Amino acid sequence: MIERMQVGLFIPCYIDQFYPQVGLATVEVLERQGVEVDFPAAQTCCGQPLANTGCLEDARPLARNFFNIFQKYEYVVCPSGSCTAMVRHHYEQFFPGDHDFEEFSHRVFELCEFLTDVLHVERIDGKFPHRVGLHQSCHGLRELRLAKSSELVAESFNKAQKLLGSLEGIEFSELTRSDECCGFGGTFAVAEEAVSCMMGRDRIFDHERAGTQVLTALDMSCLMHLDGLLRRDKKTMRVMHVAEILAGREV
Amino acid sequence: MPTPHAVRAARFVADSDRAHWHDQALWFVRVKRDRMAQSLPEWEALRETAAGIKAHTLSRLGDFLEQFEERAIALGARVHWARDAAEHNAIVLSILESHDVKKVVKSKSMLTEECHLNPFLERHEIEVVDTDLGERIVQLAGEPPSHIVLPAIHKKKEDVGEIFHRFLKTEAGASDPKYLTEAARQHLREKFLASDAGITGVNFAVAETGGFVVCTNEGNADLGVSLPKLHIACMGIEKLIPRAADLGVFLRLLARSATGQPITTYSSHFHGPAAGGELHIVLVDNGRSKILESEEFRRSLNCIRCGACMNTCPVYRRSGGHSYDATVPGPIGSILGPARDAKKYAGLPHACSLCGSCTDVCPVKIDLHYQLLTWRGEIGRRGLLPWSKTIPMKLLAFVLKRPWLYALAGRIARRVLPLVPRWLLYNRLNDWGRQRELPQIPKHSFREIYERRQRQSQ
Ligand code: SF4
Repeated sequence: MIERMQVGLFIPCYIDQFYPQVGLATVEVLERQGVEVDFPAAQTCCGQPLANTGCLEDARPLARNFFNIFQKYEYVVCPSGSCTAMVRHHYEQFFPGDHDFEEFSHRVFELCEFLTDVLHVERIDGKFPHRVGLHQSCHGLRELRLAKSSELVAESFNKAQKLLGSLEGIEFSELTRSDECCGFGGTFAVAEEAVSCMMGRDRIFDHERAGTQVLTALDMSCLMHLDGLLRRDKKTMRVMHVAEILAGREV
Repeated sequence: MPTPHAVRAARFVADSDRAHWHDQALWFVRVKRDRMAQSLPEWEALRETAAGIKAHTLSRLGDFLEQFEERAIALGARVHWARDAAEHNAIVLSILESHDVKKVVKSKSMLTEECHLNPFLERHEIEVVDTDLGERIVQLAGEPPSHIVLPAIHKKKEDVGEIFHRFLKTEAGASDPKYLTEAARQHLREKFLASDAGITGVNFAVAETGGFVVCTNEGNADLGVSLPKLHIACMGIEKLIPRAADLGVFLRLLARSATGQPITTYSSHFHGPAAGGELHIVLVDNGRSKILESEEFRRSLNCIRCGACMNTCPVYRRSGGHSYDATVPGPIGSILGPARDAKKYAGLPHACSLCGSCTDVCPVKIDLHYQLLTWRGEIGRRGLLPWSKTIPMKLLAFVLKRPWLYALAGRIARRVLPLVPRWLLYNRLNDWGRQRELPQIPKHSFREIYERRQRQSQ
């Protein structure tokens, strides 16, 4: 028998608490690819809210915990570009010169890039006959490089869109601003409430104009913010995490 | 206590039409920049080269500065060194006074803004006229520039009409850009003719030649220094590049990044004084060598002041340049500000959603959003974070360090929150809920569901 690849599942705290369906969809998508998924229950949060506020000493023990909990896995997979970027791009300061950590950080992946780059998944079976607006969450875009950002001059690619695009019946919205920030930005969402909400509404307007029925992203945090605005403004546009669509969930 | 960025930003956003107009105006420049950048297949290589040249220059800046001084003197210029803004202003004043100058025309220079040269000279009864159209508009309005390339971008043409009506006696209610520009041109012509000295900034100074380049779209730098005999050029010490051959790299990047033009309309080269005239070059440190010492922030001295990071910044476009309350606003300003005065500008690195667009747009590859994040940590380390940020974070850390407490707190919250009446949940203290709904609370967390699923499958 071939040994199955074992993956440690890293579920961001707010997904754990508010969006369990996104975690479950992630498990299903991975299991369908023949991966053995394990969720270590000792995990809480990667510490990004603390580090991004500037409270590095408070974030340090969380980074340590994270490393201790996940080090043993062959791969770590997370349904969030932002939390993955935290570990891969911003943890180094907590582990200066630590080669074990350095080696480990290359084994931490966001869900879609894990599918395309490690498992080499070419297509996902299923259908999703809706017009989808793919929101490019910034850290996935400009730190993990899950797609080409609009500022750079290079060949274009988009890992999530490639996977979604293989679903039967799916259509994508064409936006006027293809990858502008939604304005969530962690504590920015409350500290700069006015600008944050204006940014969010501007994104929603762009999607409405493009005919988006389902707004999706690789980060539930962006969608939490956009969904909060959509529901307050009584709009019919729905939000779904990319994992939910890939897992074949209905709208 | 200075008014925080968030408060100023909220005021700007409150006028939704104006905020959207401002956002669109700058986005338009960003789109033009994109078109220009995309037309050069070698764009990324150019950025890489420019960043490399800057890194090399900064690694031995002292040598290059001395070389520049020597060559500039050989060309007949006089070179002055200023440690800070006060020294800079004193030097400029003494040059002007020794020539008995009463009227000065100045072309756009962020350095003299940084040193607050205008009010200083005015206190000494010297009239200073900014000759860049945008600069003149804000100068007449009595405001600082809100953008480093487009200083009056926050003014609509109707606003300009009003200002010109008041100061230049144009027709009331006029808003035709052609008419207003013509009025400004006439007004500035008089000022040019009457001036005794011209002050310019410097975009690039070339160590190998001792010459320098000033880029404008209106030709006002040329005009300002070709009529009067006295030219004073003020430059930050980071404006240096080693060779004339390097200029091509920067000029191509600058114009495209700044306004989406293939080249600035006027790139004026100066090599020593004009015939029969005098040229003074003032080299200003004003905190730059302190930034140069720091491993983390050194790269911020790469900046060629193109303004692209402002045009692309989703916060800047919506909050306006004045919301930063700093000479240089936007992403780069939020790095340079705290470097100058960490306490006063402690809030600026937080006026950012960390989207990283600035990092990708910057023609000299400054890792802007990483530096903003580094500043947040630095501000935390220096104890400059307000308690409204540190206390919630301490509490959060306490919970997150204890998986059992984290799980328990979540369980309790999921029980309690659905029972809380709406009016209690959406109150004045809930900044999230002012314009947004909170997430719908699920019955169970992921970990609870997952645990059950594992048990069942065994
Ligand atoms: S930081 Fe970069 S993008 Fe911003 S003004 Fe300077 S050179 Fe331009």
